[in-house]
Amino acid sequence: MKFIDEYQDNKLARGLAYKIAKRSTKTIRLMEFCGGHTHAILRYGIRQLVPKTVEMRSGPGCPVCVTATADLDKAIALAHLPDVIITTFGDMIRVPGSYSSLQQAKAEGADVRIVYSTIDAVEIAKANPKKSVIFIGIGFETTAPTIAASILKAQQEKIENFYVLSLNKLTPPVMKALLDSGEVKLDGIIGPGHVSVIIGSHPYEFIPRDYRVACVISGFEPLDILLCIDKLVEQIEKGEPKVEIAYPRGVRAGGNRKAWQLTERVFEIGEANWRGIGIVPQSGLKIRKKYERFDADEAFSVSLNLSREPKGCRCGDVIRGAAMPLECKLFRKVCTPESPVGPCMVSSEGACAAYYQYGTPENLQGFKADMEQVDG
Amino acid sequence: MCLAIPVKIVSIDGDEAETEIAGVRRRVSIALTPEAKLGDYVLLHTGYAIGVIDEAEANETLKLLEEIASLSEVH
Repeated sequence: MKFIDEYQDNKLARGLAYKIAKRSTKTIRLMEFCGGHTHAILRYGIRQLVPKTVEMRSGPGCPVCVTATADLDKAIALAHLPDVIITTFGDMIRVPGSYSSLQQAKAEGADVRIVYSTIDAVEIAKANPKKSVIFIGIGFETTAPTIAASILKAQQEKIENFYVLSLNKLTPPVMKALLDSGEVKLDGIIGPGHVSVIIGSHPYEFIPRDYRVACVISGFEPLDILLCIDKLVEQIEKGEPKVEIAYPRGVRAGGNRKAWQLTERVFEIGEANWRGIGIVPQSGLKIRKKYERFDADEAFSVSLNLSREPKGCRCGDVIRGAAMPLECKLFRKVCTPESPVGPCMVSSEGACAAYYQYGTPENLQGFKADMEQVDG
Repeated sequence: MCLAIPVKIVSIDGDEAETEIAGVRRRVSIALTPEAKLGDYVLLHTGYAIGVIDEAEANETLKLLEEIASLSEVH
Protein backbone atom coordinates (compact mmCIF):
# COMPACT_ATOMS: atom_id res chain seq x y z
CA MET A 1 0.00 0.00 0.00
CA LYS A 2 1.42 3.32 -1.10
CA PHE A 3 2.75 5.58 1.67
CA ILE A 4 2.75 2.62 4.07
CA ASP A 5 4.90 -0.22 2.70
CA GLU A 6 7.88 1.94 1.75
CA TYR A 7 8.11 3.22 5.33
CA GLN A 8 8.47 -0.30 6.69
CA ASP A 9 11.64 -1.24 4.79
CA ASN A 10 13.99 -3.37 6.87
CA LYS A 11 17.24 -2.17 5.29
CA LEU A 12 16.37 1.50 5.68
CA ALA A 13 15.36 0.83 9.30
CA ARG A 14 18.77 -0.68 10.03
CA GLY A 15 20.46 2.34 8.49
CA LEU A 16 18.55 4.63 10.81
CA ALA A 17 19.15 2.41 13.82
CA TYR A 18 22.88 2.52 13.07
CA LYS A 19 22.81 6.30 12.83
CA ILE A 20 20.92 6.67 16.10
CA ALA A 21 23.29 4.31 17.92
CA LYS A 22 26.31 6.18 16.60
CA ARG A 23 24.91 9.55 17.58
CA SER A 24 23.57 8.70 21.03
CA THR A 25 25.92 9.23 23.98
CA LYS A 26 23.62 10.67 26.67
CA THR A 27 21.08 8.59 28.53
CA ILE A 28 17.73 10.13 27.65
CA ARG A 29 14.04 9.55 28.22
CA LEU A 30 11.50 10.09 25.46
CA MET A 31 7.73 9.97 25.71
CA GLU A 32 5.58 8.90 22.81
CA PHE A 33 2.44 10.91 23.43
CA CYS A 34 0.27 8.89 21.12
CA GLY A 35 -1.12 5.41 21.77
CA GLY A 36 -0.78 4.68 18.07
CA HIS A 37 2.97 5.21 18.44
CA THR A 38 3.11 2.94 21.50
CA HIS A 39 1.54 0.14 19.47
CA ALA A 40 3.84 0.69 16.48
CA ILE A 41 6.93 0.81 18.73
CA LEU A 42 6.06 -2.52 20.35
CA ARG A 43 4.75 -4.13 17.18
CA TYR A 44 7.84 -3.39 15.09
CA GLY A 45 10.36 -4.02 17.87
CA ILE A 46 11.66 -0.45 17.80
CA ARG A 47 12.90 -0.73 21.39
CA GLN A 48 15.30 -3.42 20.17
CA LEU A 49 16.52 -1.19 17.36
CA VAL A 50 17.38 1.82 19.49
CA PRO A 51 20.39 1.87 21.85
CA LYS A 52 20.00 1.30 25.59
CA THR A 53 20.71 5.00 26.13
CA VAL A 54 17.22 5.78 24.82
CA GLU A 55 14.43 5.03 27.30
CA MET A 56 10.86 5.26 26.09
CA ARG A 57 7.67 5.96 28.02
CA SER A 58 4.08 5.89 26.87
CA GLY A 59 1.99 9.01 27.37
CA PRO A 60 -1.68 9.99 27.63
CA GLY A 61 -2.47 9.77 23.91
CA CYS A 62 -5.29 7.26 24.06
CA PRO A 63 -8.70 8.98 24.06
CA VAL A 64 -10.54 5.99 25.49
CA CYS A 65 -7.96 5.61 28.28
CA VAL A 66 -8.02 9.25 29.37
CA THR A 67 -11.81 9.42 29.56
CA ALA A 68 -12.53 9.91 33.25
CA THR A 69 -14.56 7.23 34.98
CA ALA A 70 -17.13 9.87 36.01
CA ASP A 71 -17.66 10.77 32.33
CA LEU A 72 -17.98 7.13 31.38
CA ASP A 73 -20.54 6.68 34.19
CA LYS A 74 -22.51 9.54 32.66
CA ALA A 75 -22.48 7.86 29.24
CA ILE A 76 -23.73 4.64 30.83
CA ALA A 77 -26.48 6.52 32.71
CA LEU A 78 -27.55 8.20 29.45
CA ALA A 79 -27.77 4.76 27.83
CA HIS A 80 -30.36 3.73 30.43
CA LEU A 81 -32.68 6.67 29.68
CA PRO A 82 -35.84 5.72 27.77
CA ASP A 83 -35.88 6.18 23.99
CA VAL A 84 -32.16 6.88 23.80
CA ILE A 85 -29.72 5.32 21.34
CA ILE A 86 -26.07 5.65 22.31
CA THR A 87 -23.61 5.70 19.43
CA THR A 88 -19.92 5.32 20.16
CA PHE A 89 -16.57 4.31 18.76
CA GLY A 90 -15.95 0.62 19.41
CA ASP A 91 -13.36 0.63 22.16
CA MET A 92 -15.52 2.64 24.56
CA ILE A 93 -18.14 -0.05 24.91
CA ARG A 94 -15.94 -2.46 26.88
CA VAL A 95 -14.34 0.02 29.28
CA PRO A 96 -15.48 -0.68 32.83
CA GLY A 97 -17.07 2.32 34.55
CA SER A 98 -17.57 2.54 38.31
CA TYR A 99 -20.47 0.11 38.39
CA SER A 100 -21.11 -1.03 34.82
CA SER A 101 -20.03 -0.58 31.22
CA LEU A 102 -21.78 0.40 28.00
CA GLN A 103 -21.59 -3.26 27.01
CA GLN A 104 -23.32 -4.29 30.21
CA ALA A 105 -25.94 -1.57 29.69
CA LYS A 106 -26.54 -3.02 26.23
CA ALA A 107 -26.92 -6.50 27.69
CA GLU A 108 -29.47 -5.06 30.11
CA GLY A 109 -31.54 -3.73 27.21
CA ALA A 110 -30.08 -0.31 26.44
CA ASP A 111 -29.66 0.54 22.76
CA VAL A 112 -25.89 1.01 22.36
CA ARG A 113 -24.46 0.96 18.85
CA ILE A 114 -20.87 1.01 17.65
CA VAL A 115 -20.19 3.39 14.79
CA TYR A 116 -17.13 3.88 12.63
CA SER A 117 -17.84 7.55 11.99
CA THR A 118 -19.97 10.45 13.20
CA ILE A 119 -21.56 10.26 9.75
CA ASP A 120 -23.06 6.90 10.79
CA ALA A 121 -24.35 8.41 14.05
CA VAL A 122 -26.17 11.17 12.15
CA GLU A 123 -27.64 8.56 9.79
CA ILE A 124 -28.93 6.57 12.79
CA ALA A 125 -30.59 9.76 14.08
CA LYS A 126 -32.25 10.30 10.70
CA ALA A 127 -33.50 6.72 10.60
CA ASN A 128 -34.88 6.87 14.17
CA PRO A 129 -36.71 10.21 14.45
CA LYS A 130 -38.61 9.13 17.58
CA LYS A 131 -35.43 8.33 19.50
CA SER A 132 -32.74 10.59 20.88
CA VAL A 133 -29.40 9.61 19.38
CA ILE A 134 -26.41 10.55 21.52
CA PHE A 135 -22.87 10.30 20.17
CA ILE A 136 -20.19 9.82 22.83
CA GLY A 137 -17.69 12.40 21.59
CA ILE A 138 -14.27 11.22 22.63
CA GLY A 139 -11.01 11.96 20.86
CA PHE A 140 -8.33 14.56 20.39
CA GLU A 141 -7.87 17.30 17.79
CA THR A 142 -7.81 14.64 15.04
CA THR A 143 -11.41 13.64 15.74
CA ALA A 144 -12.90 16.93 16.97
CA PRO A 145 -13.39 18.37 13.45
CA THR A 146 -15.37 15.28 12.44
CA ILE A 147 -17.65 15.75 15.46
CA ALA A 148 -18.02 19.45 14.68
CA ALA A 149 -18.91 18.50 11.10
CA SER A 150 -21.61 16.12 12.36
CA ILE A 151 -23.22 18.85 14.48
CA LEU A 152 -23.17 21.28 11.55
CA LYS A 153 -24.67 18.62 9.31
CA ALA A 154 -27.43 17.90 11.82
CA GLN A 155 -28.17 21.61 12.02
CA GLN A 156 -28.17 22.02 8.26
CA GLU A 157 -30.46 19.04 7.74
CA LYS A 158 -32.65 20.06 10.70
CA ILE A 159 -32.12 16.78 12.52
CA GLU A 160 -33.68 17.47 15.90
CA ASN A 161 -32.79 14.23 17.69
CA PHE A 162 -28.98 14.17 17.39
CA TYR A 163 -26.84 15.00 20.43
CA VAL A 164 -23.16 14.87 21.36
CA LEU A 165 -21.72 14.23 24.79
CA SER A 166 -18.57 16.26 24.30
CA LEU A 167 -15.60 14.65 26.02
CA ASN A 168 -13.08 15.89 23.44
CA LYS A 169 -9.65 16.73 24.71
CA LEU A 170 -6.71 18.82 23.55
CA THR A 171 -3.13 17.61 23.50
CA PRO A 172 -0.81 20.62 24.07
CA PRO A 173 -2.48 21.59 27.40
CA VAL A 174 -2.07 18.08 28.82
CA MET A 175 1.57 17.99 27.70
CA LYS A 176 2.00 21.21 29.66
CA ALA A 177 0.27 19.68 32.69
CA LEU A 178 2.62 16.66 32.58
CA LEU A 179 5.71 18.84 32.18
CA ASP A 180 4.54 21.16 34.98
CA SER A 181 4.04 18.24 37.36
CA GLY A 182 7.66 17.16 36.83
CA GLU A 183 6.69 13.64 37.90
CA VAL A 184 8.43 12.06 34.91
CA LYS A 185 11.51 13.83 33.70
CA LEU A 186 11.55 13.96 29.92
CA ASP A 187 14.19 14.96 27.39
CA GLY A 188 12.05 14.64 24.32
CA ILE A 189 8.50 14.08 23.09
CA ILE A 190 7.48 12.05 20.05
CA GLY A 191 4.70 14.37 18.91
CA PRO A 192 1.31 13.05 17.76
CA GLY A 193 1.23 12.81 13.95
CA HIS A 194 -2.46 12.94 13.18
CA VAL A 195 -3.35 15.49 15.85
CA SER A 196 -0.71 17.64 14.16
CA VAL A 197 -2.25 17.14 10.71
CA ILE A 198 -5.05 19.28 12.15
CA ILE A 199 -3.28 21.73 14.49
CA GLY A 200 0.16 21.91 12.87
CA SER A 201 3.42 22.26 14.79
CA HIS A 202 3.13 25.78 16.27
CA PRO A 203 1.04 24.82 19.35
CA TYR A 204 4.03 22.82 20.66
CA GLU A 205 6.51 25.71 20.56
CA PHE A 206 6.19 26.22 24.33
CA ILE A 207 7.74 22.79 24.96
CA PRO A 208 11.34 23.61 23.92
CA ARG A 209 10.94 27.29 24.86
CA ASP A 210 9.62 26.88 28.41
CA TYR A 211 10.83 23.39 29.36
CA ARG A 212 13.94 22.82 27.19
CA VAL A 213 12.36 19.58 25.98
CA ALA A 214 12.70 18.47 22.35
CA CYS A 215 9.54 17.77 20.35
CA VAL A 216 9.47 16.00 17.00
CA ILE A 217 6.20 15.14 15.27
CA SER A 218 6.17 11.61 13.90
CA GLY A 219 4.21 9.45 11.49
CA PHE A 220 3.14 5.96 12.46
CA GLU A 221 5.21 3.62 10.30
CA PRO A 222 8.41 2.20 11.81
CA LEU A 223 10.71 4.32 9.66
CA ASP A 224 8.76 7.45 10.61
CA ILE A 225 9.28 6.70 14.29
CA LEU A 226 12.98 5.89 13.87
CA LEU A 227 13.50 9.10 11.91
CA CYS A 228 11.75 11.00 14.69
CA ILE A 229 13.94 9.36 17.35
CA ASP A 230 17.03 10.21 15.31
CA LYS A 231 16.01 13.89 15.20
CA LEU A 232 15.21 13.90 18.92
CA VAL A 233 18.57 12.33 19.78
CA GLU A 234 20.34 14.87 17.55
CA GLN A 235 18.58 17.83 19.25
CA ILE A 236 19.23 16.49 22.74
CA GLU A 237 22.89 15.68 22.05
CA LYS A 238 23.40 19.20 20.73
CA GLY A 239 21.44 20.73 23.61
CA GLU A 240 19.23 22.54 21.11
CA PRO A 241 15.63 21.47 21.70
CA LYS A 242 13.07 22.66 19.14
CA VAL A 243 9.89 21.60 17.37
CA GLU A 244 10.47 19.63 14.18
CA ILE A 245 8.22 17.73 11.81
CA ALA A 246 9.50 14.26 10.89
CA TYR A 247 6.23 13.49 9.09
CA PRO A 248 6.18 16.19 6.39
CA ARG A 249 4.07 14.15 3.96
CA GLY A 250 1.19 14.49 6.40
CA VAL A 251 1.86 17.49 8.62
CA ARG A 252 2.24 21.15 7.63
CA ALA A 253 3.39 23.70 10.19
CA GLY A 254 0.06 25.54 9.90
CA GLY A 255 -2.08 22.40 10.16
CA ASN A 256 -5.45 21.98 8.45
CA ARG A 257 -6.92 25.45 8.99
CA LYS A 258 -10.29 24.63 7.48
CA ALA A 259 -10.75 21.68 9.85
CA TRP A 260 -9.74 23.70 12.89
CA GLN A 261 -11.95 26.68 11.93
CA LEU A 262 -14.90 24.29 11.73
CA THR A 263 -14.00 22.92 15.17
CA GLU A 264 -13.81 26.41 16.66
CA ARG A 265 -17.15 27.33 15.15
CA VAL A 266 -18.89 24.59 17.12
CA PHE A 267 -16.69 24.25 20.21
CA GLU A 268 -15.11 26.53 22.74
CA ILE A 269 -12.20 25.64 24.98
CA GLY A 270 -12.87 24.68 28.58
CA GLU A 271 -11.51 22.45 31.27
CA ALA A 272 -11.54 18.66 30.96
CA ASN A 273 -11.29 15.76 33.38
CA TRP A 274 -8.47 13.32 32.48
CA ARG A 275 -8.18 9.88 34.03
CA GLY A 276 -5.06 9.72 36.17
CA ILE A 277 -4.40 13.44 35.80
CA GLY A 278 -7.58 15.19 36.93
CA ILE A 279 -9.01 18.50 35.79
CA VAL A 280 -6.70 20.21 33.31
CA PRO A 281 -7.65 23.81 32.44
CA GLN A 282 -8.14 24.72 28.77
CA SER A 283 -7.77 21.09 27.73
CA GLY A 284 -11.30 20.23 26.62
CA LEU A 285 -13.86 21.21 24.01
CA LYS A 286 -17.34 22.32 25.05
CA ILE A 287 -20.21 22.86 22.63
CA ARG A 288 -20.85 26.59 22.13
CA LYS A 289 -24.13 28.14 23.28
CA LYS A 290 -25.19 28.62 19.66
CA TYR A 291 -25.25 24.83 19.22
CA GLU A 292 -26.44 23.90 22.71
CA ARG A 293 -29.49 22.06 21.41
CA PHE A 294 -27.06 19.36 20.25
CA ASP A 295 -25.34 19.23 23.63
CA ALA A 296 -26.27 16.06 25.55
CA ASP A 297 -25.15 17.76 28.77
CA GLU A 298 -27.82 20.46 28.24
CA ALA A 299 -30.58 18.21 26.96
CA PHE A 300 -30.45 15.35 29.45
CA SER A 301 -29.98 15.16 33.14
CA VAL A 302 -28.83 12.02 34.90
CA SER A 303 -28.05 11.44 38.54
CA LEU A 304 -24.74 9.79 39.23
CA ASN A 305 -23.24 8.04 42.20
CA LEU A 306 -19.72 8.95 43.20
CA SER A 307 -17.35 7.41 40.70
CA ARG A 308 -14.71 4.93 41.79
CA GLU A 309 -11.62 3.56 40.11
CA PRO A 310 -11.06 -0.16 39.64
CA LYS A 311 -9.13 -1.53 42.60
CA GLY A 312 -5.43 -2.07 41.94
CA CYS A 313 -5.62 -0.66 38.40
CA ARG A 314 -2.66 1.58 37.54
CA CYS A 315 -4.03 3.00 34.28
CA GLY A 316 -3.75 6.50 35.76
CA ASP A 317 -0.02 6.02 36.39
CA VAL A 318 0.48 4.44 32.95
CA ILE A 319 -1.31 7.38 31.29
CA ARG A 320 1.07 9.85 32.97
CA GLY A 321 4.10 7.77 31.99
CA ALA A 322 4.80 7.28 35.71
CA ALA A 323 4.51 3.49 35.48
CA MET A 324 5.08 0.92 32.77
CA PRO A 325 2.26 -1.57 32.22
CA LEU A 326 4.53 -4.34 33.52
CA GLU A 327 4.72 -2.58 36.87
CA CYS A 328 0.99 -3.08 37.46
CA LYS A 329 0.33 -6.14 39.59
CA LEU A 330 -2.87 -6.87 37.68
CA PHE A 331 -1.16 -6.89 34.26
CA ARG A 332 -1.52 -10.20 32.40
CA LYS A 333 -2.77 -11.91 35.57
CA VAL A 334 -6.11 -10.37 36.48
CA CYS A 335 -6.21 -7.82 33.66
CA THR A 336 -6.22 -9.19 30.11
CA PRO A 337 -7.80 -8.06 26.82
CA GLU A 338 -10.54 -10.69 27.34
CA SER A 339 -11.25 -9.44 30.85
CA PRO A 340 -9.89 -5.91 31.13
CA VAL A 341 -9.85 -4.09 34.46
CA GLY A 342 -8.86 -0.69 33.10
CA PRO A 343 -9.17 1.13 29.77
CA CYS A 344 -5.46 0.84 28.90
CA MET A 345 -6.04 -2.90 28.40
CA VAL A 346 -9.25 -2.36 26.40
CA SER A 347 -8.34 0.23 23.84
CA SER A 348 -6.54 -0.63 20.64
CA GLU A 349 -4.33 2.34 21.56
CA GLY A 350 -3.91 1.51 25.23
CA ALA A 351 -0.35 0.97 26.46
CA CYS A 352 -1.29 -2.16 28.45
CA ALA A 353 -2.95 -3.71 25.39
CA ALA A 354 0.20 -3.00 23.34
CA TYR A 355 2.47 -4.57 25.98
CA TYR A 356 0.13 -7.54 26.27
CA GLN A 357 -0.08 -8.11 22.52
CA TYR A 358 3.50 -7.46 21.45
CA GLY A 359 5.49 -7.67 24.65
CA THR A 360 7.74 -10.63 23.91
CA PRO A 361 10.78 -10.95 26.21
CA GLU A 362 13.07 -9.70 23.39
CA ASN A 363 10.79 -6.74 22.84
CA LEU A 364 10.90 -5.75 26.46
CA GLN A 365 14.65 -5.69 26.90
CA GLY A 366 15.56 -3.45 29.78
CA PHE A 367 12.36 -4.20 31.63
CA LYS A 368 13.43 -7.50 33.11
CA ALA A 369 13.63 -6.04 36.58
CA ASP A 370 10.04 -4.92 36.33
CA MET A 371 8.91 -8.30 35.08
CA GLU A 372 10.73 -10.13 37.83
CA GLN A 373 9.24 -7.78 40.36
CA VAL A 374 5.76 -8.49 39.06
CA ASP A 375 6.24 -12.21 38.53
CA GLY A 376 8.03 -12.64 41.84
CA MET B 1 -8.38 6.52 17.64
CA CYS B 2 -6.12 8.96 15.90
CA LEU B 3 -5.55 6.24 13.34
CA ALA B 4 -5.57 7.57 9.79
CA ILE B 5 -4.66 5.67 6.65
CA PRO B 6 -3.66 6.94 3.20
CA VAL B 7 -6.36 6.27 0.61
CA LYS B 8 -6.50 7.35 -3.04
CA ILE B 9 -9.33 9.51 -4.35
CA VAL B 10 -10.86 7.87 -7.42
CA SER B 11 -13.90 10.11 -7.87
CA ILE B 12 -15.37 13.24 -6.31
CA ASP B 13 -19.03 14.13 -5.80
CA GLY B 14 -19.48 17.43 -3.95
CA ASP B 15 -18.00 17.09 -0.48
CA GLU B 16 -17.83 13.32 -0.76
CA ALA B 17 -15.29 11.15 -2.55
CA GLU B 18 -14.89 7.54 -3.55
CA THR B 19 -11.54 6.32 -2.24
CA GLU B 20 -9.52 3.16 -2.68
CA ILE B 21 -6.90 1.30 -0.70
CA ALA B 22 -5.59 -2.16 -1.61
CA GLY B 23 -8.60 -2.79 -3.84
CA VAL B 24 -11.14 -1.80 -1.18
CA ARG B 25 -13.38 1.15 -2.00
CA ARG B 26 -15.04 3.46 0.47
CA ARG B 27 -17.07 6.65 0.26
CA VAL B 28 -15.62 9.32 2.53
CA SER B 29 -16.30 12.94 3.38
CA ILE B 30 -13.84 15.49 2.00
CA ALA B 31 -15.59 18.38 3.77
CA LEU B 32 -12.44 18.98 5.84
CA THR B 33 -10.10 18.88 2.80
CA PRO B 34 -11.82 20.88 0.05
CA GLU B 35 -8.44 21.18 -1.71
CA ALA B 36 -8.32 17.40 -2.37
CA LYS B 37 -8.21 16.50 -6.08
CA LEU B 38 -8.78 13.38 -8.13
CA GLY B 39 -5.76 11.07 -7.77
CA ASP B 40 -4.64 12.64 -4.49
CA TYR B 41 -3.94 10.47 -1.49
CA VAL B 42 -5.71 11.65 1.66
CA LEU B 43 -5.41 10.58 5.27
CA LEU B 44 -8.70 8.89 6.16
CA HIS B 45 -9.83 9.15 9.79
CA THR B 46 -13.28 7.92 10.93
CA GLY B 47 -14.89 8.50 7.56
CA TYR B 48 -13.32 11.90 6.90
CA ALA B 49 -10.27 12.91 4.89
CA ILE B 50 -8.32 15.03 7.38
CA GLY B 51 -5.33 15.95 5.22
CA VAL B 52 -3.90 15.58 1.73
CA ILE B 53 -0.60 13.68 1.49
CA ASP B 54 2.24 15.74 0.06
CA GLU B 55 3.85 13.38 -2.46
CA ALA B 56 6.93 15.58 -2.96
CA GLU B 57 7.59 15.53 0.79
CA ALA B 58 7.00 11.77 0.88
CA ASN B 59 9.65 11.30 -1.81
CA GLU B 60 12.07 13.65 -0.03
CA THR B 61 11.75 11.61 3.18
CA LEU B 62 12.42 8.38 1.28
CA LYS B 63 15.47 9.90 -0.39
CA LEU B 64 16.79 10.98 3.00
CA LEU B 65 16.21 7.50 4.46
CA GLU B 66 18.05 5.89 1.52
CA GLU B 67 20.99 8.24 2.00
CA ILE B 68 21.16 7.35 5.68
CA ALA B 69 21.06 3.62 4.85
CA SER B 70 23.82 3.93 2.23
CA LEU B 71 26.02 5.86 4.67
CA SER B 72 25.61 3.17 7.32
CA GLU B 73 26.70 0.52 4.80
CA VAL B 74 30.03 2.24 4.24
CA HIS B 75 31.06 1.59 7.85
